[in-house]
Amino acid sequence: MSSIAQKSGFGATVWDFMTTVDHKKIAILYLAAGGFFFLLGGIEAMIIRIQLFVPDSGFVSAGLFNEMLTMHGVTMIFLAAMPILIGFMNLVMPLQIGARDVAFPFLNSLGFWLFFFGGLLLNLSWFLGGAPDAGWTSYASLSLNSQTHGIDFYALGLQISGFGTLMGGINFLVTIINMRAPGMTYMRMPMFTWTTFVASALILFAFPPLTVGLFLLTFDRMFGANFFNVAAGGNTIIWEHFFWIFGHPEVYILILPAFGLFSEIFSTFSRKRLFGYSSMVFATVLIGFLGFMVWAHHMFTVGLGNIANAIFAVASFAIGVPTGIKIFNWLFTMWGGNIKFTTPMLYAAAFIPSFVMGGVTGIMVATAPADYQFHDTYFVVAHFHYVIVGGVVLAILAATHFYWPKAFGTMLNETLGKITFVLFVVGFHLTFFIQHFLGLMGMPRRIATYLPGQGLDTGNLISSIGAILMALGVIVLLINIVMTSVKNVKVGNDPWGDGRTLEWALPSPPPFYNFKQLPFVRGIDTYWIEKMEGREGITPAEPLGDIHMPNGSILPVFISFGFFVAAFGCIYRTEQPWGLAVLIIGLVIAFGSMLLRSLKDDHGFHIPKSELMSDKDKGVRA
Amino acid sequence: MHVEEQFTPKTWPEAPEKATLEGKNKFLGFWFFLGGETVLFASFFATYLALKDKVPKQGDLVSTDLFELPLAFIMTMVLLTSSITSVYAMYHMKNYHFKKMQAWLLITVLLGLTFLGFEIYEFYHYTHGLGFGYTHSAFSSAFYTLVGFHGGHVVFGLGWITALMVRNSKRGLSLYNAPKFYIASLYWHFIDVVWVFIFTVVYLMGMV
Repeated sequence: MSSIAQKSGFGATVWDFMTTVDHKKIAILYLAAGGFFFLLGGIEAMIIRIQLFVPDSGFVSAGLFNEMLTMHGVTMIFLAAMPILIGFMNLVMPLQIGARDVAFPFLNSLGFWLFFFGGLLLNLSWFLGGAPDAGWTSYASLSLNSQTHGIDFYALGLQISGFGTLMGGINFLVTIINMRAPGMTYMRMPMFTWTTFVASALILFAFPPLTVGLFLLTFDRMFGANFFNVAAGGNTIIWEHFFWIFGHPEVYILILPAFGLFSEIFSTFSRKRLFGYSSMVFATVLIGFLGFMVWAHHMFTVGLGNIANAIFAVASFAIGVPTGIKIFNWLFTMWGGNIKFTTPMLYAAAFIPSFVMGGVTGIMVATAPADYQFHDTYFVVAHFHYVIVGGVVLAILAATHFYWPKAFGTMLNETLGKITFVLFVVGFHLTFFIQHFLGLMGMPRRIATYLPGQGLDTGNLISSIGAILMALGVIVLLINIVMTSVKNVKVGNDPWGDGRTLEWALPSPPPFYNFKQLPFVRGIDTYWIEKMEGREGITPAEPLGDIHMPNGSILPVFISFGFFVAAFGCIYRTEQPWGLAVLIIGLVIAFGSMLLRSLKDDHGFHIPKSELMSDKDKGVRA
Repeated sequence: MHVEEQFTPKTWPEAPEKATLEGKNKFLGFWFFLGGETVLFASFFATYLALKDKVPKQGDLVSTDLFELPLAFIMTMVLLTSSITSVYAMYHMKNYHFKKMQAWLLITVLLGLTFLGFEIYEFYHYTHGLGFGYTHSAFSSAFYTLVGFHGGHVVFGLGWITALMVRNSKRGLSLYNAPKFYIASLYWHFIDVVWVFIFTVVYLMGMV
């Protein structure tokens, strides 16, 4: 097998995952942790919907309701959707470009552990006096007056996990620029790689404003600064600007990889090349660019003035154009194709009308004068759930079925997959379609309860029933995952039979060095080209030789743990005698581990050629 | 080319920081990181400009009461000079003159320490001399946060360069450590560029 001694047993597996720098294992970590937080956020959503099931409900108190809706938003965006997408990027992108790993395997592991400890810190607030309760946007006027430590956990938890995301972004950018296989030109890159590339650029430029905003919030709450304190000359609007300068590109950080995943699925199961590939690339880059120009459409009612509102409204409309280009390209990809309605393809087909509905309401809320009516009502709640659930979550569910064999070597059950699909999509529309009308009838968002006989009863009832269907869909998916893992029927390289890109030319799961010989890329959908010419593998670009691989390391866990400890010290610094000491100890652990990493040489190791030769069926063969 | 290979000044490659794939990745990745850092500092500058001279009541300390150009000028000159000395260090790195590189890096570190000393004096003077504390006003919070974050970067940069110098003092240059020296110097230049903006936006614009 390989030159690394393979120990078995639970402890050895845990240690392996804690020290791994292999992008495929880190992907599994991201998917597992993101999946866990997705369930947590789902439970929070269910509590919200149970509370709103009937009028005058006392299922949870108003304060707890605020914590629930805040943590639902924060968890779903930062700890579920983004990490799961980063998980798929990690799993698929290096394979798609024909690389043996990402550019910075160590940073990749560090990025995961920072996200993980940040998410852990955030959720420990439930047990330590109360979760954040000022909404996922945490506007400063509210968050400065929050009495519990919840907002402190919010500020530091997101800070730590944000560092991790930033590192992931830089890592993917460098990987895609420097590590493409011979022949893989930019305009031959699979669509998911392109969207990963643009989303990573958005991460690079959108996260620093959030970092700064969170620093200012931290300093105001924990160190007596006055950035948002109007009495001392501060200005609360600064937070709103930073939050949305980050927050709007964040929407595209989520939706662009989702577009990429659907592009792969559409062309695979229509068994056609993606229609309008170059216009897809162009539209992706344009959406990424325009994504930075529209943040103030979240702030129309702040009072920035008519001219500012008009400019931001028009810029927001403009994003509809490249998005429309993409929608038509997907339709034309299916047109005349030999379509196979597998579970991923069903999600892809349902995605188009669902997402377009979110886009149409998007144009409505981007109309500044009309937004004064929609603002802070359930109409907005319906709108962003249509784009995030109808776009991102459907993509995540589709990709879970699509790429499950590539990650674990076994296929999820198709029947159960289709049951999940029906339950989830029907439940989704039942939950959120009616919320448009609830909003238009005047139901405010983030309200803990409502009175009977105001025309809101039926709508909320239907919405909550829909939520139950979505929950059932997720439960069926979990059953599917358990059943599939227990049966563990191994599959070959290309289990769907229609794979087009390089990841399907490798075994499922691929060997840790991915490609025995780096592949030679002959065009868009290079694996499809080879298959059509009757070849079994991919043309190699190099003779068989030694492969250089990075060493694993436990230091990322220590660095992240250090920041995690320091955050506790920071939060309790003024109240507890041990606070300052813990803060210092945490920083010493974090920076000490970084110093150790810098001082200790790490040249990696080589897999000798002889071993690769005996490794018969792994990697690419000519 | 191989990281553990031994070199002479003759065989040493033209761009040693980019001669290996690892080096190439570090070089590009660090430029991207500096792109992110630029946005970070831009956000702090925006905050500072929004909160400049915003104080609780009339008569509280504002920028014209605080800054003294001679000190800011000396600090600027010290830091700019340290940027030039780090360029000399990289020049010798590219020519495989390890000892000269170490010497110029040492001068860079000493100049950085001088700058830091002035900055600490300045902050001490404002807080203890003039009573302009961090929690005094929105203006004071914005000022100390912007300039302090830059100062924090200087501290990190000094620690970084010193660690590299000490770690490699006995073993000379290789393709393994050349990219490390190179990106540390890139970082140092970046700190310098940020200071040029601080000098302009905070100190020069604070005088009028």
